[in-house]
Amino acid sequence: MKFRGKIVDVACLNHFSRVVTTISKLTKMCVLRLTPDNLFFVLSGKVGNGGVSMWCELSQANFFDEYQMEGVSSEDNEICLEVTPENISRALKTVQNAKAVKVKLTKKHCPCLTVIAELPTLSSINRVVTHDVPVDVIPQRLWHEFKEPDMPDFDVSIYLPPLKTMKNVVDRMKNLSNFLVIEANLNGEMNLKIETDLVSVTTHFKDLGNPPWGDDASQDAGPSQSRDPDTMAEARVDIRRLQQFLMGQQVTPSRAMCNIVHQRVLHLILLHEDVSLQYFIPAVA
Amino acid sequence: MPLSTQSQGDDEQYVLVACSDNARNLSNILKAISFKDHAIFTATPNGLRVTVEDSKCLQANAFIQADIFQEFTIREDSVTFQINLTVLLDCLNIFGGSALPGISTVLRMCYKGYGYPLTLFLEEGGVVTVCKINTQEPEEPVDFEFCSTNVTNKVILQSEGLKEAFSELDLTSEVLQITMSPSQPYFRLSTFGNSGNAHYDYSKDSDMMELFQCTKTQTNRYKMSLLKPSTKALALSCKVSVRTDNRGFLSLQYLVRNDDGQICFVEYYCCPDEDVEEE
Repeated sequence: MKFRGKIVDVACLNHFSRVVTTISKLTKMCVLRLTPDNLFFVLSGKVGNGGVSMWCELSQANFFDEYQMEGVSSEDNEICLEVTPENISRALKTVQNAKAVKVKLTKKHCPCLTVIAELPTLSSINRVVTHDVPVDVIPQRLWHEFKEPDMPDFDVSIYLPPLKTMKNVVDRMKNLSNFLVIEANLNGEMNLKIETDLVSVTTHFKDLGNPPWGDDASQDAGPSQSRDPDTMAEARVDIRRLQQFLMGQQVTPSRAMCNIVHQRVLHLILLHEDVSLQYFIPAVA
Repeated sequence: MPLSTQSQGDDEQYVLVACSDNARNLSNILKAISFKDHAIFTATPNGLRVTVEDSKCLQANAFIQADIFQEFTIREDSVTFQINLTVLLDCLNIFGGSALPGISTVLRMCYKGYGYPLTLFLEEGGVVTVCKINTQEPEEPVDFEFCSTNVTNKVILQSEGLKEAFSELDLTSEVLQITMSPSQPYFRLSTFGNSGNAHYDYSKDSDMMELFQCTKTQTNRYKMSLLKPSTKALALSCKVSVRTDNRGFLSLQYLVRNDDGQICFVEYYCCPDEDVEEE
C-alpha cells in the first residue's frame, strides 16, 4: 500500500485546500478513498451523524502534478482511510504559499498522511515544513460501506438559488425552528418553510429551472415524466444539516441543484469543473 | 406573488398597513431595544411606538414616525398588540439584512386586528418571504411618570463621547453611579468593581457636550444589568440626552439616524437603585 502525490501549482493547492475545508465543515470524520484516477471523500449515513451521507469526487489529475498509488492488491487497487478533514485542512492552510507540497501515506508511530511543504526562502537553504496527520486504514472487508450512493428515484429535481441567499434565509429560519420543509415542483419553484407556535415563515423562490435529466437518470421514466408541473414534492429536514451544507461552501459551484424524493430524502448536488459534491439529508416525519 | 399582485382591495381588511422600501430602517431601530422577547406595539396615525420592559424597572421605547414608511395606513385611532421581538427581528432580516448599497429588502407589514397574526411580506432580488407572527394580548406598559417639568438635571452629549465610556464600563460593578452637578465634577460616571473604582468625568465645556443644564447636585445609582441594554441604542445613535428628575429617575433619549438620513428616537427610562446615598 503506497501513496504519494505532489502539488506544485499554487492555484491547484488553493483549490484543493478549499475543497478539504468545505468537507471539514460538513463532517468531523470521513473516509478518504484513493484510486488511481480519483480521490473520494465519503460519509455513509449512520445514525450517529443524523443519517446524513456525503460523496465528494475529485479527479486527481486536476490537482496533482505527480500521483502514484498502489492499493492493497492489484485487483483492489484502492486505499481507504478514515481521516479528520479538519486536520488535513489545517495542515494545507499553513502551507498555502509553498513552492511544492507533497502528500504521502507514511507509517510513523501510527499511519499518517504526511504533508511536506517546501517553503520559499530568500537564502539558499530550503525550509521544509512537515505535518503528520494521523489516519486509520480501513480494512477491505468494510469497503462495501463506502460505495457511490445510487441516484435516488426523485420526484422533483430543481436548480438551487444563489447559495448565499439560501444560506441567509436558512440561518434566520434556524433561529426560529429546528425543522424546515423544503418543497419544489417542476415549474422552477421552490419554497422553504418553517412553522412554530410563534411564527410561520415561507420563502418563495421562482424561475429556478429544472435540470434536464436524461433517460438514464430517472430509471423508470415514471413519476417525474408524467408529473403535474405545479405539484410540490417536499421533505422535512433537520435545519442544522442543511445549514451545515450551506455554511461549508468555500467553492463557488458552477451548478447547484437538489433532488427531492417526496417525504424521503433531500439530495443536494454541487458541481464544479473537476469536483462534485453530493449530500443526502434524510427527511423526518 | 403577494407583493406584486396584491390589489389595493386586499388592504381594506387590514387595520394597519406599513410599507418601507428598506426593512433595515425598522429592524435597526428595533435592535436598539431588543433586550427582552416581548414588545408592545402601539400604532397611531403619527407612527409606531414599540415598548420593551424589564422587571418594571426599565422601559425602552422606540418611536418610528409614520413618514419613515412609504405608506402608513391605519384605520383606527390606535392599534395595540404584543409580539415576540426576537422573532420579528429574525423575520425582518430573513435575507441577511445586508447593508450594501443597492441591496435592500422591501417590507410590507399588515395587521388585521385583534387575534390575528402580524403578517410581513418581504422581497429582495425577486425572492419573496411571507411571515405570520402570532400576536399576544398586550400588557399595560408601566407609566414612569417622567415629566419634563420635574427634570432637575439635563445634558445632551454627542454619542461618540459616551460610547467609549460605555464600552469600557467595569461590568463587575453592580451599579453605575451618575453624578450631575452645576459645579465640579459636572457630569460623572462611576463604577465600583472588583479591581477598584473608576470615574469618567465630562467637563461642561467639553466638545462632546452640546447642552448642559444642571440645577442641583444629584448622585444616583442604577443597576448595571438594567443599563447595559441601552448600549445597543447608544451604538446606533448620534446624540444622547441624559436627564434625571427630582425622584432620581433616569431618562436616556437617543437620536438615531437611519440609512436614508431620517431621524428616529429611542428612549430608556430607568429606576434608581433603592439604597441611594445622598451626598
